[in-house]
Amino acid sequence: MTGLAFLIPIALLMGAAGLAAFFWAMRTGQYDDMDGSAARILIDEEEEELS
Amino acid sequence: MGTRKRTALNNPAPSLALPDAASAIGTRFTVPGMRCAGCIAKIERELPKITGIQTARVNFSAKRVAIQHDPALDEDDLTEALLGLGFEAQPVADNPLGVEADERKKLLRALGVAGFGMMNIMLLSVSVWSGADGSTRDLFHWLSAVIAMPVIAYAGRPFFGSAWMALKYRRTNMDVPISIGVILATALSLYETVTGGEHAYFESAVMLLFFLLAGRALDAEMRTRTRAGIGALLGRMGKSASVIGPDGSTQRIAAGDLEPGMLVLVAAGEALAADGEVEQGSSAVDNAMLTGESAPESIFIGSKVHAGTINLTAPFQMRLTRTADDTALAEIARLMDEAGQSRSHYVRIADRASRLYAPVVHSLAALAFIGWMLTGAGWHQSLVIAIAVLIITCPCAIGLAVPTAQVVASGALLKRGLLVKDGSALERLAEVDAALFDKTGTLTLGEPRPDIAALDEQARSVALGLAQTSRHPLSRGLADALRKEGVEPAVIRDASEVSGAGLRGMWTDLKSGAGHGVEVALERPETSDSDLAARLRIGGDTAIITFSDPLRSDCAETLAALKAYGISASILSGDRKAPVEAASKRLGIAAQSQATPQDKLTALSDLQNAGKRPLMIGDGLNDGPALAAAHASITPGTASDASQQAADAVFIGEKLMPVALAVRVARRTMTIVRQNFGLAILYNALAVPLALFGYVTPLIAAIAMSVSSLIVVANSLRLAGSAEYPGSAENAGSEARL
Repeated sequence: MTGLAFLIPIALLMGAAGLAAFFWAMRTGQYDDMDGSAARILIDEEEEELS
Repeated sequence: MGTRKRTALNNPAPSLALPDAASAIGTRFTVPGMRCAGCIAKIERELPKITGIQTARVNFSAKRVAIQHDPALDEDDLTEALLGLGFEAQPVADNPLGVEADERKKLLRALGVAGFGMMNIMLLSVSVWSGADGSTRDLFHWLSAVIAMPVIAYAGRPFFGSAWMALKYRRTNMDVPISIGVILATALSLYETVTGGEHAYFESAVMLLFFLLAGRALDAEMRTRTRAGIGALLGRMGKSASVIGPDGSTQRIAAGDLEPGMLVLVAAGEALAADGEVEQGSSAVDNAMLTGESAPESIFIGSKVHAGTINLTAPFQMRLTRTADDTALAEIARLMDEAGQSRSHYVRIADRASRLYAPVVHSLAALAFIGWMLTGAGWHQSLVIAIAVLIITCPCAIGLAVPTAQVVASGALLKRGLLVKDGSALERLAEVDAALFDKTGTLTLGEPRPDIAALDEQARSVALGLAQTSRHPLSRGLADALRKEGVEPAVIRDASEVSGAGLRGMWTDLKSGAGHGVEVALERPETSDSDLAARLRIGGDTAIITFSDPLRSDCAETLAALKAYGISASILSGDRKAPVEAASKRLGIAAQSQATPQDKLTALSDLQNAGKRPLMIGDGLNDGPALAAAHASITPGTASDASQQAADAVFIGEKLMPVALAVRVARRTMTIVRQNFGLAILYNALAVPLALFGYVTPLIAAIAMSVSSLIVVANSLRLAGSAEYPGSAENAGSEARL
């Protein structure tokens, strides 16, 4: 029974952390350009730094 | 490494030249031509190399580019810069979709909160069901209540707000039973918690909100995604004009304050702000906005000119005849507005369903409550059963049936270059049974394509050097074609444009090393049977370049595909008789030529009166009213803003096939939507009697409802592969199997 005193707050905190992360992602525009993010991974780093 | 690259490297970063970023202003452009990661990289890397541009940021989903730049650069400079990189771009009015983006963010936030609440309350509820009792159960109920109250208050706002609005105007909608169900379930659970009762239903209420919000968020996503690329109407009409006073002085006057009878000086490159007659001078004007005709029109003293046309070559004076709201352009805008209103009477399937559905849900729940009270079950049990009925009949699956199918279908179409503007457009596209095509810019590409096969390398290089200095449609077409062939432009000094005559300049041949330049020119040929021709002169040598406006390469296949779907096609063009008849003969379909915007409307209403549901495909502003009045309409991405605004869907690229594809996908979407409704109704037919007779607790009701929603979503996902090309469907299928 005493375990509940730890487990419930931990569960709530983890959930709240997830929610906070979601709100942060919304505010910083992580969801604004979903297709673009998928495509950007294919862009090479600036070639100019190599030369 | 080549010198070219090193030069680019050694250029100082533009930000060094203009270190104060505070003075930068932002402009946004729609760039429909972005297709891949390479395009993003090209725009974001190359644009900031231009002096005055600080940063460029691409939003690939919305096909937009946001540019931070020096105020000295205007929209035209930036459009030119993007064109130089090979992308057609149009500036976007400042914040046309801010409201909808906010709406979507609000829904997503509510969805996140509801998801958080649902998970935590479920955790507690599962413990209660698995046998917690006594003080533990009370504690868990209290915890659930503490989590659920704020979550429901926050995540339920979209539903409560909409239900309240409906009730205020003495109507009912889907949100009314949802709100009543959620509020009743919450109130009853709170009562149970306070009195230490056995059951609380917080999880049912929150789960309901979560699934409903998922449906709403999908619907909002569909709407915001597809508003991209739509600018403001009449944006291209001149905003002001230089009026010449009686004493010869000129004064800028805003378009709205112009009056008939004023004498106006129109500079080269200026857009006209009113209709009038040329009184002095001669020039060529670009009428594409009004007629869709790509060839420039020559004007002389006495010619009639219209607001919205662009003066291409030389300044002239005009006497105004019609101004402000009286111009031909404003007349077209008014016709479009009126025609569009008639279409807004179309009721979407989801709305039709909910109109019938909501009263049924209320009555059933009320009947269940009264019935159980009469049998003497007590108010508590009666209320639990009534809530179960409300939740189980709650139109979750029905709410998801339409938006999920439409989002998946429009996503599939977007990958094929067709942008559907809203959900009702797909519904209407599925119903069309006749198609009317405009010719110029729709069946044809709408831009002059030169025949450059006869030119040698040197001539091509000189032609590009000359053509790129001008904004004349022929020069642009020539420059585009030459750039595509990979021609490097020759350096032309002292290039100048002479009204009605052409371009002239001096060219030094680097290979022969001659010290003095040769005179080169692109001119209007004196003797030519076609309007669309230019003569390239290098010193004493001349060559004639002819232009044509070719049909899109897959016109015949598209028309055949439409025919296979039972859609009869015909041409309805404002163009001259000869070219329209030529196209009609080649494609084997009926045609009507020299149609005014009014004629096009009449032709459409004749079809509609005959019980047909016409699909209009056109691009010019003269098609605008027809696009708005037709049952459904599609326009190419090269069309004017006004036409894109009026149309239901916009297709990008040189192929016409997306038109046939849109009809096919729209029809498949409606099949899936009907299946979804069937599934949802089947579920209700099974579950509602059980709930009415009290065999279902609110929890089981919530789970059953979620399962039915998931089935509907899974069914909609089958549309993802629906946008394969009709001809290649079998090939694509066999490739997939390999």
